[in-house]
Amino acid sequence: MTYHNPPTTPRKSATFDDYAMSEIRRAAATGIYDIRGSGAKRKVPHFDDLLFLGASISRYPLEGYRERCDTSVVLGSRHAKKPIELKIPITIAGMSFGSLSGPAKEALGRGATIAGTSTTTGDGGMTEEERGHSKQLVYQYLPSRYGMNPRDLRRADAIEIVVGQGAKPGGGGMLLGQKISDRVAEMRTLPKGIDQRSACRHPDWTGPDDLEIKILEIREITDWEKPIYVKVGGARPYYDTALAVKAGADVVVLDGMQGGTAATQEVFIEHVGQPTLACIRPAVKALQDLGMHRKVQLIVSGGIRNGADVAKALALGADAVSIGTAALIALGDNDPHWEDEYQKLGTTAGAYDDWHEGKDPAGITTQDPELMKRVDPVVAGRRLANYLKVMTLEAQTIARACGKNHLHNLEPEDLCALSIEAAAMAGVPLAGTNWVPGQGGF
Amino acid sequence: MTDRGPDSAGIAIYDGAAAKGRARITIQSSAPAVDFPGLEAELGKKIEAKVSSTVKSTHAVLDIPAGKLDEARAAIAELRPNVRVMGAGEAIEIYKEVGLPAEVVKRFDVTKMTGSHGVGHTRMATESAVTTLGAHPFSTGPDQCLVHNGSLSNHNNLRRELIRDGMRFETENDTEVAAAYLSSKIAHGQNLGEALQSSLDDLDGFFTFVVGTKNGFGVVRDPISCKPAVMAETDQYVAFGSEYRALANLPGIDNARVWEPEPSTVYFWEH
Amino acid sequence: MNISNVATAPSREMDFARRVFDLGENSLRELNQALHNLGPGSNETSWEVLNPKGSHSVAVGVDQPVAIDVRGSVGYYCGGMNAGGAITVHGSVGPGVGENMMSGSIVVKGDASQYAGATGRGGLLVIEGNASSRCGISMKGITIVVRGNIGHMSAFMAQSGNLVVLGDAGDALGDSIYEARLFVRGKVKSLGADCIKKEMRPEHIALLQDLLDRAGIKDAKPEEFTRYGSARTLYNFNIDNADAY
Repeated sequence: MTYHNPPTTPRKSATFDDYAMSEIRRAAATGIYDIRGSGAKRKVPHFDDLLFLGASISRYPLEGYRERCDTSVVLGSRHAKKPIELKIPITIAGMSFGSLSGPAKEALGRGATIAGTSTTTGDGGMTEEERGHSKQLVYQYLPSRYGMNPRDLRRADAIEIVVGQGAKPGGGGMLLGQKISDRVAEMRTLPKGIDQRSACRHPDWTGPDDLEIKILEIREITDWEKPIYVKVGGARPYYDTALAVKAGADVVVLDGMQGGTAATQEVFIEHVGQPTLACIRPAVKALQDLGMHRKVQLIVSGGIRNGADVAKALALGADAVSIGTAALIALGDNDPHWEDEYQKLGTTAGAYDDWHEGKDPAGITTQDPELMKRVDPVVAGRRLANYLKVMTLEAQTIARACGKNHLHNLEPEDLCALSIEAAAMAGVPLAGTNWVPGQGGF
Repeated sequence: MTDRGPDSAGIAIYDGAAAKGRARITIQSSAPAVDFPGLEAELGKKIEAKVSSTVKSTHAVLDIPAGKLDEARAAIAELRPNVRVMGAGEAIEIYKEVGLPAEVVKRFDVTKMTGSHGVGHTRMATESAVTTLGAHPFSTGPDQCLVHNGSLSNHNNLRRELIRDGMRFETENDTEVAAAYLSSKIAHGQNLGEALQSSLDDLDGFFTFVVGTKNGFGVVRDPISCKPAVMAETDQYVAFGSEYRALANLPGIDNARVWEPEPSTVYFWEH
Repeated sequence: MNISNVATAPSREMDFARRVFDLGENSLRELNQALHNLGPGSNETSWEVLNPKGSHSVAVGVDQPVAIDVRGSVGYYCGGMNAGGAITVHGSVGPGVGENMMSGSIVVKGDASQYAGATGRGGLLVIEGNASSRCGISMKGITIVVRGNIGHMSAFMAQSGNLVVLGDAGDALGDSIYEARLFVRGKVKSLGADCIKKEMRPEHIALLQDLLDRAGIKDAKPEEFTRYGSARTLYNFNIDNADAY
């Protein structure tokens, strides 16, 4: 028998994996960092790492469908004369016209209205499609102030001052020229076809003391009628929540790192901010420390997908959740129906994230008149409404199983965690133990 | 003043007519009824000098010989371990507490105080705790004090460097780092103007600083200068505020020269 | 509106329709609510605000063509989102005067703090004294005329409209500017990224003359000004411009 030198199996580096190497090649070839839409794609501890305990003998469950389990929520009761009352604690997050097509915005309004919830404008102003089809519309007040005007401020049902978002806490934005159509350019007072840069700070205030004065101004303009939300990215949730409350917010919107964006640097999306799961308890703690939990409402967003996620966020102390990416998927984004066209764009259904390029085969993240015809706002709105109702039923199913007659009666003590990481972040015990790791501050 | 921050308030007041050869130490206690009685006599005995004190609520000002300042501070630490020194020097008195500025002013009877100059502050705490020690002004050197509007972004590294250099810290507050930074530069031979100039290179983040010294006060803003600052000058006084509203009731304000300090520029006024 | 809270007009103005609000006695809320209650065609077209003492948000969200005289200095956001009002401040203004103004006019007899006319979309803002930093930041159609000097970072990301400065401009004028037009009579300490000096063509002379006329300025000639605007090199991303971002 002869021996020869056996070749070793080719081994790829775990550090320099295929993706890392493709990024290096892309950067070297193009000279520009990767810009994309959507939120963090890396795996982070999330709601799937939590489980509900349910009732059996020590607790009594409620009968499904028969015994009442309320899902309503009032947002903005702290100062506003006209708080928002929603049938379900799931709202539609801010997404801009410009980033999304007109029919997509209309579909969001239709779906939310059927389901009894609110939708939100975005960095690009309020459109008639959206206002007309949204019973309750939250108007975003952003650093760019694109499309901002007092008329729309007054016909909004609430105003959301956007300080940051989970995909890019501390960052501005960049909408590439391809999507600056005539209509988008006009709404943003910009030349057509140029890259539109969005500032990271507001142009006329900086810091919490100035924010308090800014909130006063908006309240005065709107005669103290509208709830004022303050939206922050999940970066330093304890402090940012506390400061939003001190500055006078009625509602704090907290967006974790899985929260989506229309267009930002990949490096920003994946490397700045905290997982949604890790943001909730510090924010709730801040509200509790100030005696404001449930008085100033907390809306959590970033990776909410189903009724279990909703129930878990509420159990950890949120008053409501907000969905963006999930709503787009319900409308038809990344649907395998368009697989051939995704392939032509060098991607596949489920991975398409070049929302800023305006070529979305599903007609949602585009300003191309032909592509956007693919979205029927009535049909897509109905799909969104169905999805919102399913999520609500799912959350109710869980709440009833835990013996709750209102989703808001879910508590952290109804949960356990599957991993040490999730247990630490959510502040609930590791399953089968009474051990809550990581106690002692943030 | 209250509107810009509800968490805590403080004031440093400089007595321009302080007796020569004497110094004062402002101390604070969370249990003044326990800590303050008898301290005058015990401290006097320990440092072998005449000590008198004036108690104002949670604070007391001890009057001692100027040459015994360090000795007295060490003795206080020994005699009353729970007492905190707010500030010390020949002219400075510092009063600060948690709560609304109006309440703090009332508690210490600030309206009755007189002096050559003073620095007041109201705080909306950003990251560090809402405590008495976390209130501004911060005093880290004799007759020095600092107030800050803004938020520093490299104070943790700087704090570690200053600790290696022998500075001591009472809080996790970014402003205390700025105060200690300036005191450290002054201890190393820079004058206040030079120290403020250096701060523009070494401190990262957003800041408007007002610094008090025995003879006057200085103002500096970071290069971006987002945080507000407004000055009013007349023949009688120079005043600083975060906004005009804080100055609106000053005598003669309608005829004062009202202006805003430039970014990255050190201003200083002395008697 | 609670009429009993509103002072009647003193005789010194000889205008019986004039409404007077003393902010020493009436609240800011009452003032702004009364202004917002005005409908189209109201004959209460003349208003006076006394003792503002640095108050914030004085006369914000005005949406009728009424004249408002503010006697004294105000704080942040005076005339914010003004749509049609003619506001005169007989004093100085704090940060963000006329922010996001839509139309109408604001005249400031004294100085203006930071962010004067920020994101303004229309109308005319005249500052007879100096304006500090970030004057006209992110402006979107407003005309701002400053008789004195302006501070650093003015017209940052200015999208459209006109900024006219009779005095000097501070550092980084017009940084990341889009299509706004800047006219400066005095010195410019430095220009920001992508902002360049441009030729004063006849149409610019005519435009500037009109702006000066509208601002009531008679002692300056358009020919004395230099025009600045966008070099348009940052309009589409290029990695070789990365230092400018």
